Amino acid sequence: MTNSAPATNGEKASPLNPDQSMAALAADLHSNPVFTRANVFTALFAGASYTLSGVLVAILLFLLWHGGRGLSLDFIFSRASPTSDVAAYGTAGVFDMLYGTICLVALMILAVMPVGIITGVYLCEYTDPKSTLARITRSAVNNLAGVPSIIFGMFGLGFFIYFLGGSIDSYLLGSAAPVFKKPSLLWAALTLAVLTLPVVIVSTEQALRAVPRAFRDAALGLGATKAQTLVKVVLPQAAPGIITGGILAVSRGAGEVAPIMLTGATIFSPTLPGSLTDKFMELSYHIYIMCTQPAHVEAGRAQLYSTVVVLLFLTFFLNVAAIVVRAWARRFMRRMSANI
Amino acid sequence: MNPTLTASAGVIAPLSPADLEKELQSALYEQRTSMVEFLIERGMFCVSMTVVATILLIFLFVTKEAVPVIFGRTDTARSGIVMNPAELGRMSSKQVGEFLGQSPSVVENLPANTLAELVLERNKELAKESNPDAKLNTTTWSMMTLPFQWSGDSAPTYKWQPVGNIEKYNFIPLLWGSFKVTLIALLVATPISLMSAIYVSQLATERMRELIKPSIELLAGVPSVVLGFLALMVLAPGLKEILGTHSMLNSFVAGLVLALAVIPIIFTIAEDSLSAVPQTHRDAALAMGAGRWDAAIRVVLPAAAPGVCAAVVLGFGRAIGETMVVVMASGNAADLSWSIFDSVRTVTAAIAAELPESATGSAHYQVLFLIGSVLFLITFFTNVTAEYILQRLRESLEGATAAEDHGLMNEGAAASPAGASGGGYVNTVV
Repeated sequence: MTNSAPATNGEKASPLNPDQSMAALAADLHSNPVFTRANVFTALFAGASYTLSGVLVAILLFLLWHGGRGLSLDFIFSRASPTSDVAAYGTAGVFDMLYGTICLVALMILAVMPVGIITGVYLCEYTDPKSTLARITRSAVNNLAGVPSIIFGMFGLGFFIYFLGGSIDSYLLGSAAPVFKKPSLLWAALTLAVLTLPVVIVSTEQALRAVPRAFRDAALGLGATKAQTLVKVVLPQAAPGIITGGILAVSRGAGEVAPIMLTGATIFSPTLPGSLTDKFMELSYHIYIMCTQPAHVEAGRAQLYSTVVVLLFLTFFLNVAAIVVRAWARRFMRRMSANI
Repeated sequence: MNPTLTASAGVIAPLSPADLEKELQSALYEQRTSMVEFLIERGMFCVSMTVVATILLIFLFVTKEAVPVIFGRTDTARSGIVMNPAELGRMSSKQVGEFLGQSPSVVENLPANTLAELVLERNKELAKESNPDAKLNTTTWSMMTLPFQWSGDSAPTYKWQPVGNIEKYNFIPLLWGSFKVTLIALLVATPISLMSAIYVSQLATERMRELIKPSIELLAGVPSVVLGFLALMVLAPGLKEILGTHSMLNSFVAGLVLALAVIPIIFTIAEDSLSAVPQTHRDAALAMGAGRWDAAIRVVLPAAAPGVCAAVVLGFGRAIGETMVVVMASGNAADLSWSIFDSVRTVTAAIAAELPESATGSAHYQVLFLIGSVLFLITFFTNVTAEYILQRLRESLEGATAAEDHGLMNEGAAASPAGASGGGYVNTVV
């Protein structure tokens, strides 16, 4: 390009001179510039990804750093202090909240697993994925997963407490004082069960799809009926995946606040929940209440961070465990099907 | 297998291997209908219908509580008529309840003399009421959605003040707040999650992908109350120091943290649809001399564009329905303002903060259920739209893959669309 004379300057670029364009092309092919658009943007995109991963790690480390120090068996097993008693808050534990959360989640799992597994099995084994029925059901599952959690709370209030609870009270018990027609452990657990239903259904379906078809063929070929094949062959193979679904549901349910604040969680109760109709204290709701009360934040910042870490063990780390189990199960399945 | 196959075909009938396979499958899956099996199937059918029923029940029961307000049957106007405590016995508990602003069931449970005292109190309160606004019914549709000039104001305004002397139920500021926070969250979340999705699915090495992908998806495993906690305790004071904003909790803080809640869902769905683009598309671009970057941006991204749109749409649905982050970090002032550093109150925050304190069956309670149903409808249509887009994309990609399979017998392409399994994203929305 250096020898381009002023005469040829009149024309834009000089494609007419074959020697020059060939030379330029050769230079283009052999040069290896670092700051091409592609490289710059690739680096930018990589940076965005690293930032996001970094944010997660930073959040976890930050919380563990601040909350880990206050974590002890004593903290986990001592009783909570009344909300009004700010001074005692600094030495109070989380046992009531932990107990409430575990009761809540256990009831929720009892309710959600049967329904979720049966629906998943029906969707995967008994319907043609292209049929209208399967499409409607799957669409309902996806929609249910997208309903805001506060709407579940309103649904729990309107349906479970006022409608179901009210009906039980007036028709079955005939009592004037509300027994079931008030926020309680039972209704909160059922509300959460509805909320986590899609998680279980989708996990079950995915676990079933991962079972190699040859297993079913073999069982059917030996004369087993469809139900026998399902119970004796397919479900045991899919069990790890289904259990993962259960763990994911627990981790989702334990972290939700909006549904239970309307259907049964209470700020403070001096006794542990003894029956299904009692109100209960819950970890995530407790965190919400405490960090929106400046007096308590001042009294027990370390306490609050430790509570958050306890909650993270029930939600985030459980989630990680579930994903590890699922990855392991998937690899196991793949090896099985490769052997066949 | 082949020799026996050909031998049997030679003897019995000229069946091709494919036909034989089909025959074998249909023989295996042919149902010997026994009563028990049939009943099991019907039972499972009924159980699985609960999912469909639940969606309908949610809509039904959330809307049910708002029915009086929807049809204009709720009246908050105080006529100034004074109720005589002596005549209490002749009035229904519903009338008394409306007079006192309580639900009928509360009134029924009160002893007669307490009720009389309450009525006297209310009479005094009403006598003091000189505000002409007290005679207005604030729950009509026009009062709830259009600006109104309250006495003492200089111009018509939108006001949400459900507690106070005169309850004002204009929910436009709440919708405005929801959309404002959602928009901020999406503006932050969309570029960064799409960039990561493109990087992870197209440009990263296998090893990087296995590290980054789960860690972004795991962001969804952090409960929203913990995100709200971080916003309240760490981010908001920090940003106030740096930016010197007027209010510590504002829509910017809320939007920023909300973005963290939205990123996993946008990332997962966008990444899924990008990975579902058949490998042959990319191979063709690479063979024509495009670099990895150009192949990703000019070939794979346009092919997966509907999925990327669906990801953003679903992110919108998630952001507008998110509750705890906005309750804790948005400042909860129902103002209509353009500044992103002002406090806002969103629909979800209003429901979460006010519903536990509103009297069952009162006008406030009904209006909260009304905005709840509005929110449900918004997210419902968002979900349906996103699902429709994803469905179309899946079909078109399946078609493309099938066509290529036919022509090329490409095994790699046959394996790739597994990533776009229907509804797979549900579990990442933890």
